[in-house]
Amino acid sequence: MKASSLTLGRVSNFLGFGFFTTLRNVFTGNLEKEDLKKFLRKVIVPLASIFLFILIWHIGAKTLFGIEAKFKIEKALEDQGQAAADALTACIASGESSCQPNTLPSPAQVWESFQSLLRDHHIISADKEAFIEKTAALNKTRIAAGKDAIVYTGRPSFVDQIFRSLQTVFAGFFLALLIAVPLGILIGLSSTLKSAFNWFIQIFKPVSPVVWYLLVFMIVKTVLIGSTEDSSFTISFISVGLCSMWATLVNTAMGVSTVDKDYINVAKVLKLGTFQKIFKVVLPSSLPLIFTGLKITLSVAWMVLIAIELLAQSPGLGLFVWEEFQNGANDSNAKIIVAMFAIGIIGFLLDRLMLTIQNWVSFDKQDAI
Amino acid sequence: MAYLELKNIYKSYGKGDSETQVLSNINLKIEEGEFVAIVGFTGSGKTTLVNLINGLLEPTSGSVLFKGEPVKGTSHERGVIFQNYSLLPWLTVEQNVIMAVKAAFPKRDKSVWKRKAAYYIEMVSLTPAINKLPKELSGGMRQRVAVARALAMKPDMIIMDEPLGALDALTRGNLQDQILNIWEKDKRTALLITNDVDEGIYMADRIIPLHPGPNATLGPEFKVDLERPRDKTEMNDSESFKTTRNAIIEYLMDIGDARKAEAKQQIILPELEPKSFVSYS
Repeated sequence: MKASSLTLGRVSNFLGFGFFTTLRNVFTGNLEKEDLKKFLRKVIVPLASIFLFILIWHIGAKTLFGIEAKFKIEKALEDQGQAAADALTACIASGESSCQPNTLPSPAQVWESFQSLLRDHHIISADKEAFIEKTAALNKTRIAAGKDAIVYTGRPSFVDQIFRSLQTVFAGFFLALLIAVPLGILIGLSSTLKSAFNWFIQIFKPVSPVVWYLLVFMIVKTVLIGSTEDSSFTISFISVGLCSMWATLVNTAMGVSTVDKDYINVAKVLKLGTFQKIFKVVLPSSLPLIFTGLKITLSVAWMVLIAIELLAQSPGLGLFVWEEFQNGANDSNAKIIVAMFAIGIIGFLLDRLMLTIQNWVSFDKQDAI
Repeated sequence: MAYLELKNIYKSYGKGDSETQVLSNINLKIEEGEFVAIVGFTGSGKTTLVNLINGLLEPTSGSVLFKGEPVKGTSHERGVIFQNYSLLPWLTVEQNVIMAVKAAFPKRDKSVWKRKAAYYIEMVSLTPAINKLPKELSGGMRQRVAVARALAMKPDMIIMDEPLGALDALTRGNLQDQILNIWEKDKRTALLITNDVDEGIYMADRIIPLHPGPNATLGPEFKVDLERPRDKTEMNDSESFKTTRNAIIEYLMDIGDARKAEAKQQIILPELEPKSFVSYS
């Protein structure tokens, strides 16, 4: 029992959820004075700040709502007279959705939208299942006859969009990994290649995601000419990959070119061949830096993804945000805020995931930042 | 013919105006089976000398001959124990040693590598720590792994670059004994670089002080004619030990004094007169 809880504590510390250990101590009653201080700092303070954040948000939203409502009523009074203004005041006070001022949604509205998005997801997935069940028999005969199966083409739910975004980001991330790590190793090993690629890295590194998207679009459009497939996913994941690979490229090159001289001496004294030297000495010793690069790459990929999905019209959170913005329904703003939180929380989790992997591969076990 | 011979070695880093001379006029002969210690101050070019012998560096002029052949690059025939252990931190003790075995005997299969590695790890009594990572070991244990790794290549000569420099006195004494035991078993040729005169006398047949740089060169050699196996406590009372020790220390102290005197001479004071800022009215 003790061993297992110890590991649990370690795992949660590892993931940056150290406060769980403290929280457990609170419930199991092993609380000492030190722990109490820690509990205050690690649990109470964050909770209080979250509460404060929501409070400020609520007051801010309320104020903005007031300004917008006042403006609307005054406008109605000016344009249509007293009766219309009174009707509008009554309508706003009743909470009728058609006449609500359109502004920053309050926390309660966002929570409401979040739940409605979840409900929507349940409805859509039920719909999807029913569709698959219905078409199962038909699809069998179609496939047997050599025709394409009928697939569900309904609207994706919010949760589907999240998964779609994750797919895009991971496809882009692996593309970045496949390009940047080998290239970084080569550049790090050879100073000739380094000077050959240096201008390239320096010039392309600061290019913005939007421009990357356009560049990839130009190329992919021509490469896939004549194809009827939807290329938006391809374009967006390639753009994400190219946009985010630079951190890994630079870090890998640096890691490989700055291997501790002692390790190189060991390789020389043992007379390791070039391959052995690279795989047994150079790569393991630069792994921590490579993973630092990959961590930055993943977070950059997630950040630019939204912009690129939006441009590429590729399904995902970016497109969701854009469509909600264009939609302008009375709960659109709240849905955008829900998406914002989803993006933020997933970004945080991805970062933690990479940090965990990074800690796991780094041999000196100094806490990676 | 000497086993290892250094002929008129001159070594400098850089070129032209920025050239720094490290070693000059180094001549040394080591016979087969001999245990030679080179004693010197820190920063006197000891590591450079070691790297010339093991082949990590090349002399600017002069030649290093090993078994009569000029040294070109590193070789499995000369095992090196580095000052800072230089273990690969991501490999366990066993993997670190196996790496050397594999490098020296590439044609054998895995079970042979494992057996050989286990043998050398046992030799430095680290079998209980065989699956540990270097960071889980103490300094002395790490250096023992480095010893096992160097021996695992079955070198004809062992070159030790201040191997015990970073260890505490007790661990140091233990390791000295272990290294001597291993050396006495098959009498390989050994070269020890150290900054500790007592360690040199305890372990070596011959001690050569390194006259410190910028143009470091080897001083006169001192023979140690103490019976082996040597005993530390007995040794302290032996006349021969005392005279050798005093002679070496005197030599090194003289160098130190000369250096200080040199340093003193070089300070040229500007001719300044004290001036008072208090104005007399």
